[in-house]
Amino acid sequence: MADITQPIAGTAPRRSDPATKRRRLRAGGAGKQQNGGPIAYAFLILATLLSLFPLYWTVVAASRTDTELVTPPTPLLPGSHLIDNLKIVWDQVDMTKALINSTIVAGCVALSTVLFATLAGFAFAKLQFRGRNALLTVVVTTMTIPPQLTVIPLYQIVSNIGWVGHIQSVILPSLVAAFGVFFMRQFLSEALPVELIEAARVDGAHSLRIIWHVVFPIARPAMAVLGMLVFVQSWNDFFWPFIALNQQNPTVQVALQGLGSGDHTINHAVVVCGALVATLPLLLVFAVLGKQIVGGITAGAVKS
Amino acid sequence: MATSVRATSDGSPRSSRTAPRLSGDPGPPAGWRAKLFRLDTKASPYVYIAPFFLCFAAFGLFPLIYTGWLSFNEVQLGTHATWVGARNYRELWDNSFFWGALRNTFTLGVISTVPQLLMALGLAHLLNYKLRARGFFRVAILAPYATSIAAATLVFVQLFNPDYGMINQLLGHVGIGHVQWSSSKWPAQIAISAIVTWRWTGYNALIYLAAMQAVPADLYEAAALDGASRWRQFISVTIPSIRPTIFFTIIVSTIGATQLFGEPLMFGGTVGYSGGTDHQYQTLSLYMYDKGWQIGELGQASAVAWVMLLILLLIGAVQLLVMRANRRKLGG
Repeated sequence: MADITQPIAGTAPRRSDPATKRRRLRAGGAGKQQNGGPIAYAFLILATLLSLFPLYWTVVAASRTDTELVTPPTPLLPGSHLIDNLKIVWDQVDMTKALINSTIVAGCVALSTVLFATLAGFAFAKLQFRGRNALLTVVVTTMTIPPQLTVIPLYQIVSNIGWVGHIQSVILPSLVAAFGVFFMRQFLSEALPVELIEAARVDGAHSLRIIWHVVFPIARPAMAVLGMLVFVQSWNDFFWPFIALNQQNPTVQVALQGLGSGDHTINHAVVVCGALVATLPLLLVFAVLGKQIVGGITAGAVKS
Repeated sequence: MATSVRATSDGSPRSSRTAPRLSGDPGPPAGWRAKLFRLDTKASPYVYIAPFFLCFAAFGLFPLIYTGWLSFNEVQLGTHATWVGARNYRELWDNSFFWGALRNTFTLGVISTVPQLLMALGLAHLLNYKLRARGFFRVAILAPYATSIAAATLVFVQLFNPDYGMINQLLGHVGIGHVQWSSSKWPAQIAISAIVTWRWTGYNALIYLAAMQAVPADLYEAAALDGASRWRQFISVTIPSIRPTIFFTIIVSTIGATQLFGEPLMFGGTVGYSGGTDHQYQTLSLYMYDKGWQIGELGQASAVAWVMLLILLLIGAVQLLVMRANRRKLGG
């Protein structure tokens, strides 16, 4: 596990001058000079259809009645019952509360992760201190620990202090993630010139000033991307919220689970409608910022 | 890089005193200021990384170890733990549901990661061609990543419904009759894998794509001069060059597959806790939840969690060995 950082680092260009890198990226790659043939387009269009169809069909099913949905042939065009279904969703689960809770949780987690990950990422990327490499290895290794190994004691603690069903029990354990630290470290080791820090030091700036006036301005684009990624992750998180919360005070995902298996008779169109409500906010974000998110995902995994 | 950083952190207090362009300044009035400055440079890195490590200690390391201790105890929620030695593990060993869950986790892991990563590799290769609407394709294949486990599963449950689902209708057109996507074991596992694959293929494809774009073009030019076909280039230039990234995705996907929980839970609807009526797709994670929160035996649930840890360590060790061997063989 300790080796994870090195091989990734190995794939990146040695020179970190951004202009050179951009040129290399444009020049490099298997097919960059080769035009994609019709077969390439055919497969890509197929992949696009497979990716987007379930999303499209979510809208279709969410706007149909239960009867229409369970009578073959399955409808392929949107119907007229979206509003009715939405009403039933709100009747069956407390979706307003769920949306507010999810926004608060994902917002807090994203903000605090970005802040702490930038600080730690900066330290790992640009500062020299004893144990730096060993500690970075620890950070990367912690990414491999599944939540299943921590939820039992966490649940005991949370229920001892009466936090079951309260959203702080979901926020606190996620205040900073190893992924974020690693992500910011990767970005800052390329984007932040050592000379800038040196110059600030020579001018007598203490480290908080350096953080505020040098690190944050340079890290801002990466902080924005990381914030989005963490927000998406947190919004979609299921395992721990499902254990720590309940239907009286759910996040959107927990409410969805209730919708799909609750005591009420299951109306399939309504269930899918709930899935639509849970997904729509993120799809809107994707539609607007898809390019940045694509860039962020690839940057986090590959850049050195 | 390392040397220049060291020069900064050790040399700056001195240079601030001697730097000629600062000669107009009064300079640090006394030694304490320089001392403070040095303390600042020495201590601040630890201050910056402290939040992460404090958070990890409290919500990661401590619960991890405590789970290990609980696994040797009999404990319910709100009761005191009683030491029972290895009894929880012995009970797991004798429990056929545990072995079933272990097998399901393994088979679900294989059929949800292997096709996924192979398809991602192929997609990345195609996206690396010069294409019209390249940006659109990239965002489109990533779109499933924006959906949650819960939402995606609820939609796929409809598509995979044996009686009225669209997938059985389509299969009916090509002469494949009525597949029982939930009650029979392999179809159910394939359906669950389809959800995982749908959500993650595009994500992995983009990671591969980024790695492919960092492969120097001259490697391909040299291969083309040697008369290597496109397929040959893909096998002998692209794959070896992005090997580290492939290992990275394998590790991440394997970890993800080991903890599969939400998909089988919600795929089963009201019988989700047990992984289907016949436990046919109960994963270790579901089994742990069943033990801990349905039956209330936190000690036994902890033992399941630690079995998962052991499995992950085992997988990690195997992957490390394979990676080392591979690197030696290819001289990378």
